[in-house]
Amino acid sequence: MEHIVIIGNGISGVTAARHIRKLSDKKITIVSAETDHFFSRTALMYIYMGHMTYENTKPYEDWFWKKNKLELKRAYVQHIEHEKKELLFDNGDRLGYDKLILAVGSVPNKFGWPGQDLKGVQGLYSKQDLDLLERNAPNKDQCKRAVIVGGGLIGIELAEMLHTRGIPVTFLVREDSFWNGVLPNSDSALINKEIKDHHIDLRLSTNLKEIKSDKNGRVTSIVIEETEEEIECDLVGLTAGVRPNIDFLKDSGIELGRGIKVNRFLETNIEHIYAIGDCAEQHEAIGHRRPIEAVWYTGRMMGEVVAQTICGNRMKYNPGHWFNSAKFFTIEYQTYGWVNGEKSRPDYETHFHWKHPEKSIAITIAYHKQTNQFLGINTLGIRMKHIVFDQWLTEERDIDYVVHHLKTANFDPEFYATYEAQIQSSFQPVHA
Amino acid sequence: MSNKLNHSMSLASPDGYGITTTQKIAVALGSVGLFIMILAGVNIDFPNRSLYLTISLLSIVGGVILFSNQAYLTKQEGIQNDGVWFKSISSRGILGWITGIILTAFYIVLYFYPHYLGLTPDGQANTGVISLFDPLSYLLSGNPASQWFVYGTLYTVAILAFGYKFMLKYRHNKYQLLRTGSVMFFQLGFAFLIPEFMARLNGDGFNLPYYDLKNIWPLNYYNFDQYRINDFINSGTLGMALLIFGVASIFIITPILTYKYGKRWYCSWVCGCGGLAETAGDSFRHLSSKKVAAWNIERWLIHTVLVFSVIMTTGLVYSYLSKDASKYWLDADYFLIAVGLFLTLIFAGTMLFKRHELAKDAKYGAIGYAITILALLVLYASDTTDHVFYIKSGTLRSAYGVYIGSLFSGVIGTGFYPILGNRVWCRFGCPMAAILGFQQRLFSRFRITTNGGQCISCGNCSTYCEMGIDVRAYAQKGENIVRSSCVGCGICSAVCPRGVLKLENDSMNGRINSKDVLLGNDVNLMELMNNK
Repeated sequence: MEHIVIIGNGISGVTAARHIRKLSDKKITIVSAETDHFFSRTALMYIYMGHMTYENTKPYEDWFWKKNKLELKRAYVQHIEHEKKELLFDNGDRLGYDKLILAVGSVPNKFGWPGQDLKGVQGLYSKQDLDLLERNAPNKDQCKRAVIVGGGLIGIELAEMLHTRGIPVTFLVREDSFWNGVLPNSDSALINKEIKDHHIDLRLSTNLKEIKSDKNGRVTSIVIEETEEEIECDLVGLTAGVRPNIDFLKDSGIELGRGIKVNRFLETNIEHIYAIGDCAEQHEAIGHRRPIEAVWYTGRMMGEVVAQTICGNRMKYNPGHWFNSAKFFTIEYQTYGWVNGEKSRPDYETHFHWKHPEKSIAITIAYHKQTNQFLGINTLGIRMKHIVFDQWLTEERDIDYVVHHLKTANFDPEFYATYEAQIQSSFQPVHA
Repeated sequence: MSNKLNHSMSLASPDGYGITTTQKIAVALGSVGLFIMILAGVNIDFPNRSLYLTISLLSIVGGVILFSNQAYLTKQEGIQNDGVWFKSISSRGILGWITGIILTAFYIVLYFYPHYLGLTPDGQANTGVISLFDPLSYLLSGNPASQWFVYGTLYTVAILAFGYKFMLKYRHNKYQLLRTGSVMFFQLGFAFLIPEFMARLNGDGFNLPYYDLKNIWPLNYYNFDQYRINDFINSGTLGMALLIFGVASIFIITPILTYKYGKRWYCSWVCGCGGLAETAGDSFRHLSSKKVAAWNIERWLIHTVLVFSVIMTTGLVYSYLSKDASKYWLDADYFLIAVGLFLTLIFAGTMLFKRHELAKDAKYGAIGYAITILALLVLYASDTTDHVFYIKSGTLRSAYGVYIGSLFSGVIGTGFYPILGNRVWCRFGCPMAAILGFQQRLFSRFRITTNGGQCISCGNCSTYCEMGIDVRAYAQKGENIVRSSCVGCGICSAVCPRGVLKLENDSMNGRINSKDVLLGNDVNLMELMNNK
């Protein structure tokens, strides 16, 4: 029986395993050094905030794996010997495979800041990071201030987490407005306000110079690049993005770039070795997507596709229209299609923006200057239907159509106030 | 116990989830209110009962209001679940256990030892805590209080006070505001005030039984007891109208509303048990078990109770119809045949049209049906008046009252809130929920829809489902949630950080729609995997 070994029990690896099981009787082993069982990484923040227990974050009960003949191995892979088709673990054990799927995820970025490896300095990605955070910042008495470096999705989540325990947070963001590499300025400004409303000390256009420590190697303060200001703190959260977790593959013969290089079939340069999820890097970007996409659902989709290939139906990874979502403190964010921030916006793209006069509710619709074609939408504080926008993007609807049919796409709970009329009346038809 | 490892070594307050000074005052205020009742319970004779009862109830309500204002109005609108699993009261910690034990003890005293509360034999003046409630009871109905009046008042106060708390907690969510306003209204008006006022009307020519109009059989398992039927029949047009309403509630009104809106119209908008669970019990919703094993127990238990309640009621009605045949126009045998025919019709219809949706559960449905019909046959063949199933007819009814009505729905159902979650009765025991759920699963426009590929499997929805539904299992498959147990409280949708879930009433077509590959992936792959 063919033996499929999957390294990584995150959403990518587990989805691949589940689909291979659906399609075949192959022997499947999932290897992870992180946890015994699959859990939802996106829910780690809720454990720290006390919304959920670790058990609550497991999408499948513990009996699921045995019932579906998915073998689990808790071990750290030190080396892959692809000539022998064997894995070498750090305890000296070996495991043979016929086909190998690398779904090894990411590690937090570190950019060579002085002091970045001190005690009390950490990223937030793995279960181990969460356990470490519980030690570094259990409460506001032992962590009198935290400094977060890096204004992305994990940074703002970490700020929210620490805020729930009453720990004062200074949030250093390199950009001049939160996440405006991705969000248009108007959306980004709304999030700046939300951050400040939660009493987070938001510092825009601010870089970290160095992290200082006491004689035990524990962080005591940080220094800001621009002003030389020194801020005392007990925790430094490094959240300047993530990078593929590929250091252990350096001498494996597998082609690496920033991630594990794969073709559209998610195959690496070595036969019978595949890479999916956060760690996979496409040779060429697919559409407007980035070559590396560290997003929950792309990991899941790659798992779905690679299972087909492994089970004999060789299939390209061919994602549909871009979409994503997040939550910034209390504001829900959804996006469908492409809405670009100032810096990355193509010449032809222009925006229609509507914002509620008082509340943190807004939408931004991107469309083509010349053709009026609908390109994408961002919503803050309004839920929209994925399926409707997916269809409109496929049908290449124009902005008029989208604005006048917004009601069809509304996914807010029953009895919620609706804003379609206000949005429509503030919309100036571009071809008038 | 707290579900967090504390590395701090601090024993006093390791989490920093303490309460503010104002909240401490609020707790003190509420405790004073409860303490007055305890004093009354040990027969301290208050000089002015009206005054002390007012102080007691206002202190409790005021304490809850003050506490809630501090908890929620000092924070921004939004989901307020910070520290839920760290707080002793809501994570089966020592406060949770103490609360559970006190509640359980209270229910045992209430149901089985009401004289400890001060109930006295007919004609004598009440003592204890019941006597403290006499002034209010005289004011409303003109009669002295009973243990049920004390219970009803406290129950209503709990729904109103904690309803206020719930409304602050979810003040950003209009569905939750309306729903909570609704349960507060139905508890105060239908369950508490109207029956008391109706009691005031009793006297000249009629004697209506205490009737909470929204309390429908079989949840209201005593609604067709002989004394009630007699009271209805002997109370003229109004009495007959109430009796007809009672029958129509379950056979006409309920099916129509459940078809249109799902069982939520009752369970989380109207019902008193649901009302208490949603308000006072809200802090315990995450304690319900989401295991498949718990789901299996649930399905067996709740349907067993349903079968038991149908057989019990049928047996009871049959027994007094045949014993006192001259009093009623309905013939006992015709009644039995009608029940049998009705059940057969439902069973046959379900098997004919919905067999494929039931899959292997059809077998269990058939077992339940067979048992019920068999019971009816035994009833018919035994052909006795005083005895049904060869036991005294009252015995079955009192067994149901003790084990289901008191022990299950009261002692376990509410007493165990802080241990097993707030919907133990609704989920595992309520025969009304079983009927509504059966219809919701097979014949209703209600479902919870999921939003394409947006689910991140975080599990907030499952964690906060009070009915123990593993909502995530459906959401991450892009599958609508069509479950008989769903009471439509809407909290899964509220706590979802990615806008994935929505409660909707829509057409019956395509309600159940499991997908292997979600929206967002290659359309060919979706086609290949989803259209097998």
